[in-house]
Amino acid sequence: MRRYVIRRVVQAAGVLWAAYTVAFLVLDYLPGDPVSAMAGQGLDQTSTDPAQIAQLKHEYGFDKPVLVQYAEYLGRAVRGDFGDSVATGRPVTSTLADALPATLQLTTAALLLAILVGGGLAVLATYTSMRWLRQVLLSLPPLGVSVPTFWVGLMLVELFSFRAHLFPAFGNDGLRGLVLPAIALAIPSGALISQVLAKSLLNTLNEPYVQTARAKGAGRARVHLRHALRNASLPALTVIGVLAGQLMANSVVIETVFSRNGLGRVTATAVGSQDIPVVQGVVVFGSFVFVLVNLVIDLVYPLIDPRIVVAGRPA
Amino acid sequence: MSQMVDEGVAAEAAVGLGVPVEKGRDGAGVVRFFLRRPGLVLSIVMVVLVVLAAFWPNLFTSRDPLTGVPAQRFQAPGGAHWFGTDELGRDVFSRIVHGAALSMKATLIAVAVAIVVGGLLGLAAGFVGRWVDDVLMRAVDVLLSIPALFLSLALVTALGYGTMKVAIAVGIASVATFARVMRAEVLRVRQATYVEASRSCGTRWYGVLGRHVLPNAIGPVLVLATLDFGTSILAVSSLSFLGYGAPPPAPEWGTVIAAGRNYLANAWWLTALPGFVIAATVLATNRIARALDGEWTRR
Repeated sequence: MRRYVIRRVVQAAGVLWAAYTVAFLVLDYLPGDPVSAMAGQGLDQTSTDPAQIAQLKHEYGFDKPVLVQYAEYLGRAVRGDFGDSVATGRPVTSTLADALPATLQLTTAALLLAILVGGGLAVLATYTSMRWLRQVLLSLPPLGVSVPTFWVGLMLVELFSFRAHLFPAFGNDGLRGLVLPAIALAIPSGALISQVLAKSLLNTLNEPYVQTARAKGAGRARVHLRHALRNASLPALTVIGVLAGQLMANSVVIETVFSRNGLGRVTATAVGSQDIPVVQGVVVFGSFVFVLVNLVIDLVYPLIDPRIVVAGRPA
Repeated sequence: MSQMVDEGVAAEAAVGLGVPVEKGRDGAGVVRFFLRRPGLVLSIVMVVLVVLAAFWPNLFTSRDPLTGVPAQRFQAPGGAHWFGTDELGRDVFSRIVHGAALSMKATLIAVAVAIVVGGLLGLAAGFVGRWVDDVLMRAVDVLLSIPALFLSLALVTALGYGTMKVAIAVGIASVATFARVMRAEVLRVRQATYVEASRSCGTRWYGVLGRHVLPNAIGPVLVLATLDFGTSILAVSSLSFLGYGAPPPAPEWGTVIAAGRNYLANAWWLTALPGFVIAATVLATNRIARALDGEWTRR
């Protein structure tokens, strides 16, 4: 077990390092020139004379060879320093850290909602013996993955803020302000979870051990929830690992729709003003969330299915 | 929407019969296959309509998407304007029809980038094997660890704004998935007896690749491409909703919704109907992907 954990942690660190390299390649090496963007941010356009640009380039180290730049940046990134925001001059790390709690709240609420509703839907659809109910329930997930998130958000605002006046249309205030954005964010993820779980539940219910449990006289609900669900939930757990990063990324859209402050808004603004250090920090952070959640999930697998550690590799 | 579907009813029979006959199956079986799946027929009609709108928008509307009639601002949907009019008196239906050209072009480019780059990477990894496989697949793992939208946003930051750049950014974000599927298929096919037989007959590697491996491995990749078409429509419209696509007067689908957002309280049709068209298109391509993935062959 300990060797398994250590190997997974080392792998996770490797992926993070590589993700940072991708972010560096895309953002610092591709044509877009951060210095011209910075110079454009100056008080007046006349101040962008070549000498100043050269000085700025020197300050940020853009005149050095790429590999030297990369080594320097990586060295600082390892210590948690992603440079300063070009637009505000504040350190990227604290910009992201300030924006994080609001987004974490939103994505956690959305993930819980997605798991509860999506999972519940899948369990109910496979449990019910009413054909029509099953068909209605199973037709919802394909719909959920097809609707644009931003559009769902806008429709929720239209219906529940402007018409019904139940929830605020925008802002960060309190639990009531969290309801609509969390629902909008949860819909595609919940739909995906229920698609995967329903499929895997249907497969599991055909397994011989389920028949054995039934033959021994276990009730329908007991077979379904205790015997089948436990094994069927592994693929759904894998999907949740992918979803965690996606929810973080989709908060860019949802926070824009609901005018909430948070990581998503920071990202949208940074992309809008070509604030390269911030975008870089966000990309690496997104990858960090993905790696972290998947690490946790890999460590949870053996608890659900003890055969996994014996086999040595997570399924 | 309903009008669009009505118009397509005539074309329905032609589409329903035309596509699968190439496969050389018996006609009655084909008809039964589609009769049992009205949703699939509707999906094909929807996609055909959207593609027609993208290439020949004048088939659907004669109104100019860019010039409005100020006297007809904020008209609710009705006989004269199916989707109503916006704040400048422009016909929203005409904007959506003409916007299909931009949005479909972007989506097609995104899928093409993903399938070409991802397909080649997967092909190289699976066919060459050894260290090439290791290096390429580790790179793919890393790309998969960055959430797709963040990767697209980083690329947009580096490349700049515009329909083309958004399309490329969305395409690159799904390269990794294509590489994985392609590699898995190539590995599966490479083990097959007929490939070994062909090799032992002295066929050169490109002959084996082109004549045996590629044709037999491409199926699941094409199913993935159909699925990715829907995902790309959503990603492209999200990015253009955020304002990184074509600049405002252009009627790209996401841009139209972003503009309508300001009038959400008094003109619901400016956001509701364009979004409905996006959702219907994505739903249709997903349904077709599901049909291609198994239903058709299991028939």
